[in-house]
Amino acid sequence: MSARHGFIERTVDGLYEAMEHALHAEQSAGATGLLQKLDARVKVAGILSLIVAEVLSHRLWVIVSIFAGAVALAMLSHVSLATLASRVWIGALAFTGPIAIPAIFLTPGAAIHRVPAIGWPVTMQGLTTAALLLARVETAATLTLLLVFTTPWNHVLKALRVFRVPVVFVVILGMTCRYILLMLETAHEMFESRRSRTVGALTGPERRRMTVSTAGVLLSRTSQLSGDVYLAMQSRGFRGEVYVLDDFRMSRLDWSAVAAFVALAGWAVWAGH
Amino acid sequence: MHIPDGYLSPATCAVMYTSAAPFWYVALHRVRDALHTRLVPRLSLFAAFSFVIMMFNLPLPGGTTGHAVGIGIATVVLGPWAAMLAISVAIVIQALFFGDGGVTAIGANCFNMAIVGALVSYAVYRLLAGRSPIESPRRVMAAGLAGYAAINVSALLAAVEFGIQPALYHTASGVPLYCPYGLGVAIPAMMLGHLTVAGFAEFFVSAGVVAFLQKSDPSLLGEAGLRRVAVSQARPLWATLGVLMILTPLGILAAGSAWGEWSARDYSNPAVRQQIAASTFHQAPPAQAPAGLERLSSLWTAPFASYAPPYVRSAAFGYLLSAMFGAGLVTLASAGVSKFAR
Repeated sequence: MSARHGFIERTVDGLYEAMEHALHAEQSAGATGLLQKLDARVKVAGILSLIVAEVLSHRLWVIVSIFAGAVALAMLSHVSLATLASRVWIGALAFTGPIAIPAIFLTPGAAIHRVPAIGWPVTMQGLTTAALLLARVETAATLTLLLVFTTPWNHVLKALRVFRVPVVFVVILGMTCRYILLMLETAHEMFESRRSRTVGALTGPERRRMTVSTAGVLLSRTSQLSGDVYLAMQSRGFRGEVYVLDDFRMSRLDWSAVAAFVALAGWAVWAGH
Repeated sequence: MHIPDGYLSPATCAVMYTSAAPFWYVALHRVRDALHTRLVPRLSLFAAFSFVIMMFNLPLPGGTTGHAVGIGIATVVLGPWAAMLAISVAIVIQALFFGDGGVTAIGANCFNMAIVGALVSYAVYRLLAGRSPIESPRRVMAAGLAGYAAINVSALLAAVEFGIQPALYHTASGVPLYCPYGLGVAIPAMMLGHLTVAGFAEFFVSAGVVAFLQKSDPSLLGEAGLRRVAVSQARPLWATLGVLMILTPLGILAAGSAWGEWSARDYSNPAVRQQIAASTFHQAPPAQAPAGLERLSSLWTAPFASYAPPYVRSAAFGYLLSAMFGAGLVTLASAGVSKFAR
């Protein structure tokens, strides 16, 4: 990657990754695995309860057990470890690691070791808090991505109605998801076309001008598109009332899953204290 | 800036969801009244725009790059209430589908960035832009500074939420259960990056897009109908404020002293010394009050010391009176600022 185009490359890569993530999630959600067979409401409620339970837990081994359970669920749902590692674990580690590691030395407590040469104390309290933070972040991220990788997005949103999320909010979320993909593609194309036309090095102010003008064009298009979409909705009879078809059906497997999620979350809360 | 799961305790997350809820409610009603049937497509499209703008890498002076959240530009174009909702929707989707920010921390992230960010951005923009024409360079600077202020206030809130965790949630042996850094570390660590990098990214995006729109599509900057904050329509917020004021005497029920709020006299009071030791991992406080605390504490005497004016005998009534007086002062100050800005 040349330095002069670095920021364009990074933006294009970021936009491409987001689109690729969405595509992968849709494909993965269509696979035949354990979680894919479950009702979306059960998955949303079950996985969210596991996330809350692991955040409530004060014991490392309980959080690690939930993490192990999440990995087992991923394997039973044909979500590969490589996918989890590349899309969840490495990113979470890269973000939380630099935050957690200094706590090993900065947290007051009983020193169990001193770093050679610099003499920084490694405290038991520091090690424990860093491990707790890392384990919590990795487990919650794994569970969240597991939900998305095994459930079509529109089903996740419809399942939010279980939590009494207002229907208008669910519809807005659904439309946003759809148009995010369009916007990502538009922004991606704008940056790609600019990259293909750029010869020579751009100065700092030129690069900034290019980025903000791209954002400005995108905003104008957003405004225009929202008007067009509104007219299209109106021409199809939209008068402001929104409805969501709740076409979910609970099977015996779903009820078993509810029992398993409740038991696991309940156990985690009980054992975590 | 997007707080992941595991950094904040469930109690903090619950408080942040509860704090955000009345704003979402008011915003939804306010925007629905303004947009009617246009609500769904307009909010959806602008939420999608907010999502995508957060992915732009902006080159900054000094050779680094930064990401903007888009609070400033969303507020300038949509107004505070619609911006609040659009950014909240973008944050929810980031957390649910892209793992950026935690599911349990959605309330905190929305409160920090979408709600407080939009309100700060709106206040700064109105104050600085005043009644200047749409094409005025003053509006460009106002939008930039609005974005800069908004992102930094949001970061400060996040830092405070991080910083209170170790004091509130730790084991008996002193292991912090959530974010391990206190305010002394969390605030400088967060603010350094935001005052220098992220703040400037927000500044350049907000100012740059407003400058671009002034030339290419000024109609987007002139939708004043959406920008006015109608105080009379914020009834749920007033009701929440009223309930919170009535509940203020509940603080009296809490045992012990508030951590770090000790006065110079507390150091010579054996009972308070015991409370201080109990709340600081059983470390004995200094035998005497720190000299600086003793010297500075006499500089200003509050009219309502300990939330109870001297002529009020009932502590509960004193709390209630203080809450009403404080809330009234804040409301008057806000009204003054908004009148000045108009």
